[in-house]
Amino acid sequence: MTADTGSTGAVSTATIIAWLTVFRDLVTANNAYLTELDSAIGDADHGSNMTRGMDAVVAQVGSVAPESIAELFTSAGMTLVKTVGGASGPLYGTFFLRCGSATPAGATQLDSTAFGTCLRAGLEGVVARGKAQAGDKTMFDAMAPALAAYDQTVGRGASLSAAGVAAAVAAATGRDNTEPLVAKKGRASYLGDRSVGHIDPGSASTTLLFEALARALSDT
Amino acid sequence: MKKLINDPSSVVRDALIGIAAAHPELRIDHENRIIYRGDTPKKGKVGLISGGGSGHEPLHGGFVGYGMLDAACAGEVFTSPTPDQMLEATKQVDGGAGVLHIVKNYTGDVLNFEMAAELAASETGVAVESVVTNDDVAVQDSLWTAGRRGVGVTVLLEKIVGAAAEAGQDLAQIAALARRINESGRSMGMALTSCTVPAAGKPTFDLPEGEMELGVGIHGEPGRTRVPTGTARDIAAQLVDPILRDLDFVGSPVIVMLNGMGGTPLLELYLMFGEVAAILNRSGVTVARNLVGNYITSLEMTGCSVTVLKTDNDMLKLWDAPVNTAGLRWGA
Repeated sequence: MTADTGSTGAVSTATIIAWLTVFRDLVTANNAYLTELDSAIGDADHGSNMTRGMDAVVAQVGSVAPESIAELFTSAGMTLVKTVGGASGPLYGTFFLRCGSATPAGATQLDSTAFGTCLRAGLEGVVARGKAQAGDKTMFDAMAPALAAYDQTVGRGASLSAAGVAAAVAAATGRDNTEPLVAKKGRASYLGDRSVGHIDPGSASTTLLFEALARALSDT
Repeated sequence: MKKLINDPSSVVRDALIGIAAAHPELRIDHENRIIYRGDTPKKGKVGLISGGGSGHEPLHGGFVGYGMLDAACAGEVFTSPTPDQMLEATKQVDGGAGVLHIVKNYTGDVLNFEMAAELAASETGVAVESVVTNDDVAVQDSLWTAGRRGVGVTVLLEKIVGAAAEAGQDLAQIAALARRINESGRSMGMALTSCTVPAAGKPTFDLPEGEMELGVGIHGEPGRTRVPTGTARDIAAQLVDPILRDLDFVGSPVIVMLNGMGGTPLLELYLMFGEVAAILNRSGVTVARNLVGNYITSLEMTGCSVTVLKTDNDMLKLWDAPVNTAGLRWGA
């Protein structure tokens, strides 16, 4: 167990594998919920697409057994790009691909600051690809607050485990805050004002991504 | 859910097996879910590829063949295909004259085709141009939305650009023609019922008796407003008026498509075409050609869309040129 202060823990390849596996479990368990959110303001496929993609990611990681964190991220990203389709495929795929490019080649361990740099690069990739801004009612609205909370928690010297929890809580708040927003990106934007009153499905799956991260980091 | 399927997760795969059985003149890559013309690549001809979510048949696979597309990438139902599919299709159809990607303006389609074009640039020497269709007047085009959706004009564009490619036009000419077609066409759709995505198992939205969705897209996504149903004549006006308000069609010959969403009988589609043609006639718009039937569908949704495309003699000549595909065939 890691103490609440002092960043003694580190992110290892095992942590990343746990993150991906728990994310797969969470999107599978929430498949119907994600699709229901998507039925309200999208096209009713977010749950099945993310489940298909993360099943493939976990299978690929299991069969190839990447040896470094960068290879793990890149494998996850490419697999998502190839298997998810829709907007989620390129966006989640780009997130992991950019995390991979920002990870030192061959590294099998990252401290909390280096890991935060990877996550930040992933977010920047999502922005470059999707061109979303805060308040557009997208996955950005969960991801950006999650990373801010992560950085802030690491910045005050707390453990990786605490940073993961803070990120998950902030993502969930960001997700809930999408409910009153008018969608400005993606298919929900076609609804105009009728998108108000619904949670953005992308922000919901991103919240699961950070809940999975919190669980993976609780073992660091 | 009652559907003629084996399993919700194998709908696309099983349908491709059926397409292969029905159309031996096509070549199907089952692994990558790509439908090819049997004779692609044709040396010196610009390759045309499109793709999108499944559930819109005959778009796009039904438009692969002489005079239209060289390849179509099939995604899951209502989900864009992936960049590796499009990259593979791009490599396969290039006859040395480059490849045009025809993309409907949906966030997923645009992002995946963008990634495919980037991969084609970095991994192959194939020249790629992209055209994004966005003809749906139901959507406000502003900085605050993903922009207008690509709908009916995509069908007409694939036909006209296909003829231009067959006639030997080069990639730059074909891309310019494609953009001009997109700018000259407008569409508007409506739905009387929703549709059921097999993987979801229940209708995407609930549409009670007496109400219709105006400005509906092709993915079972709700439209912009829900209004009481009316007579065919009323509905025709609600579809045509926003199109005519958006672009001046007077003075040029137009091609009109009265498209069924998948679940509406031809009897009603022809009835609607009569109403639409009458309105256009009264408005001084000259209907030179028409297409009535199910061409860009939304599974079993009932309803229709109207597309009006402003043309000139050159475009009409390309429209009239022979085409031989599963979904559109004349003169060949």
